[in-house]
Amino acid sequence: MAEFTLPKNSVLTQGKTFSAPKGATRIRRFEVYRWDPDSGENPRVDVYELDMDSCGPMVLDAILKIKNEIDSTLTFRRSCREGVCGSCAMNINGKNTLACTKAIDSYPSTIKIFPLPHLQVVKDLVPDMTHFYAQYASIKPWIETQTPAPADSERLQSHEDRAKLDGLYDCVLCACCSTSCPSYWWNSERYLGPAVLLQAYRWLVDSRDETTGERLDDLEDPFKVYRCHTIMNCTDTCPKGLNPAKAIAEIKKLLVTRQQG
Amino acid sequence: MAFQSPLAKVRGLGSAHTGTGHWWMQRVTAVVLVPLSWQLLVFLDLTRSAPYQQTIEWLSSPFNGVCIIVWTLAAFYHAALGLQVVIEDYVAREGIKIISIWAVNLIFSFLAITALVAVLRIMVTG
Repeated sequence: MAEFTLPKNSVLTQGKTFSAPKGATRIRRFEVYRWDPDSGENPRVDVYELDMDSCGPMVLDAILKIKNEIDSTLTFRRSCREGVCGSCAMNINGKNTLACTKAIDSYPSTIKIFPLPHLQVVKDLVPDMTHFYAQYASIKPWIETQTPAPADSERLQSHEDRAKLDGLYDCVLCACCSTSCPSYWWNSERYLGPAVLLQAYRWLVDSRDETTGERLDDLEDPFKVYRCHTIMNCTDTCPKGLNPAKAIAEIKKLLVTRQQG
Repeated sequence: MAFQSPLAKVRGLGSAHTGTGHWWMQRVTAVVLVPLSWQLLVFLDLTRSAPYQQTIEWLSSPFNGVCIIVWTLAAFYHAALGLQVVIEDYVAREGIKIISIWAVNLIFSFLAITALVAVLRIMVTG
């Protein structure tokens, strides 16, 4: 059954408060989810008050400042700091996004930072992405052909066919969309989720791929695709401005077309 | 099970190769119900405002009778398809899920046949 309440050992407690340094004038308050698997304690929310005069403009800058200057035990993923790697995906003020491309000034007051929802937490803001990556691998995210590649050139593609991949290849697999989807929360064991389905569609519309039928065969399942009920949280939350809901709708159209068309 | 790879868990029993018909028929029945529901509203209004005999005569006409029969079949089919989706969404235990879907289909089939016989009886006997 879908779970609507937190297990006892997941209930949040109030953590420590780290006040702003004396003399700070531009103070912002950050509430950050903390959980250490080795402590045996429940997760807590620590409060950090930062002096914005010595902090960068993005939420990731604030998190880095906390780790570097206030509390080195804070654990999170980050790499490129420019929205390309997808590592710093987290839930900020109730919405999944990339901490590195989200400006602190875009929030009016306290900023609450939590890990991506409905994934097992490894530590603090680090969720376990194993299942998500396995789902990505399951859709065979590579070109599959029977025809050998031309001996003296690459496989050609028209400008029009290449344009079909725009808005699909740009996905950085941050999992913001999948972990914002209630259908994915309830049925992630079997439902592939918006991010993986967007990637599945990316290979379905690639004019160079020769296994469209087999790919559709693999997707045609009440749970793999049809758990999508066009809730649209995925498109709403995507920090790259992509439209996974449309990609899923296009997959459904392909499945109906080959059956009814 | 603990030693199963993440990819093996994801692949599970593989694709069921169904679901498209279910999803498509949910849309088809929804579209069918839009115009037919107008006829149903007319019928429901008659049951409230017109004498018994006039209501029976209205339902006995082939067009009106067939409209109500098709509405009934489409509505119960649509409801059964929709409830199946709700059960699949929220009931995780396979046994309970299968029995619930089976029960929903049985109940709605019974209701649809009952409604069908009732309208046919009025159409035939007047």
